[in-house]
Amino acid sequence: MLSKRIIPCLDVKDGRTVKGVNFVDLKDAGDPVQLAWQYAQQGADELVFLDITATHEKRGTTIEMVKAVARQLNIPFTIGGGISSVADAEALLNSGADKISINSAAVRRPALIQELAEAFGVQFVVVAVDTKLTGQGNLVHLNGGRLATELDTLSWIKEAESLGAGEILLTSMDHDGTKQGFDCRLLDQVCSSINIPVIASGGAGKTAHFTEVFTQTAVDAALAASVFHFGEINIPDLKKELKTYGIPVRL
Amino acid sequence: MIGIVNYGAGNIFSLTSALQRLNLDYGMINTEADLEKYSHIIIPGVGHAAAAMKKLEQTGLVNALKSLKKPVLGICVGMQLLTQHSEEGDVKLMNIFPLRTKLFDKQQNIKIPHMGWNNVEFKNNLLFEGVDNQTQFYFVHSYFIEYNPIFDIATANYGIRFSAAIQKDNFYALQFHPEKSGAAGERLLKNFSTIKQ
Repeated sequence: MLSKRIIPCLDVKDGRTVKGVNFVDLKDAGDPVQLAWQYAQQGADELVFLDITATHEKRGTTIEMVKAVARQLNIPFTIGGGISSVADAEALLNSGADKISINSAAVRRPALIQELAEAFGVQFVVVAVDTKLTGQGNLVHLNGGRLATELDTLSWIKEAESLGAGEILLTSMDHDGTKQGFDCRLLDQVCSSINIPVIASGGAGKTAHFTEVFTQTAVDAALAASVFHFGEINIPDLKKELKTYGIPVRL
Repeated sequence: MIGIVNYGAGNIFSLTSALQRLNLDYGMINTEADLEKYSHIIIPGVGHAAAAMKKLEQTGLVNALKSLKKPVLGICVGMQLLTQHSEEGDVKLMNIFPLRTKLFDKQQNIKIPHMGWNNVEFKNNLLFEGVDNQTQFYFVHSYFIEYNPIFDIATANYGIRFSAAIQKDNFYALQFHPEKSGAAGERLLKNFSTIKQ
């Protein structure tokens, strides 16, 4: 049976892991390779790297980081951030990334989804969507939730699927950072509207939130950052707990 | 030594990284003469089957690959290329296995692509030596190879029962990605490297 996936997300800048990471036995918490390896050992099913490198000139460090991760890691990983062309994506594919995630570049130019799907296959293209509930309903936001668009979240996700997205990574900005649980209501709506895998993101605070999202919605994966980085949730325990609820996991 | 058919379809970096971790030597196959240099051959592949077949044909290696007597391993789209036909681009393939590659049926209430870790039930086969039955491997594909008891050496279920691995004589093929399937996947690559001609 296909397992539900648990995905730690790492922010990287200039080829280094940023944001507090509080791992025991880690000599260098800023080294994405060491961190990725630790997560793979713990039983993470996949990893997502979000590249927040600001300048285009430093993108070379990202490529080197992706290669270093691919050399060591024996589970799949996605890289997102700053990808706006087929050439950007190709450099990452050739460096060993299994999937790339695009966000604002796809909103600005939806044809990018189609171009990437045609060049590399739909399985390579994750469309990340940041959403926030407004007076006009759930709208797509850019720049980490700071910039509202007029795009209705559900319509945009359907369009992304029809253009060739192979997976949706949906982050609820209302839930992100609150540790109050995933946005199950919206995730359920999204899952019933499309036929590609969905990754839930934003709001994980405790194990019960993962149980909730996997029992109340048809999401395929759940992503979190700080609860894993700070050791608040440990992946083997999380998976054992999910299993007691009959949720298929890889142990 | 392992030779990797270098026809421009896919993520070779992950495969070569896995072989390096296993201390297995490898090289690239670009011409027919290169085939002589290696004892084991891997045909990797991701992306669109028809596009991949076109690229493979452009290398001029198809007939030489078909007549190989040494162990050959197709991975993912590299597996599908060994079958007779794919619905992806309605394309005729190498026909080493008289099997068809079909699109998953969303009427089965499944999401497409089939993406993630799924259980594999295998028959007694050298390739799976040292691996527990029902171990999970990492799959990512929208098209699958129909189950056929003659060639099937491992089966998985996703809406339908399909072949996760097939074998015919010296030709082996895997639908999942051994290079992305943790320690069990690496074991499979190691096992392949030890298969005698």
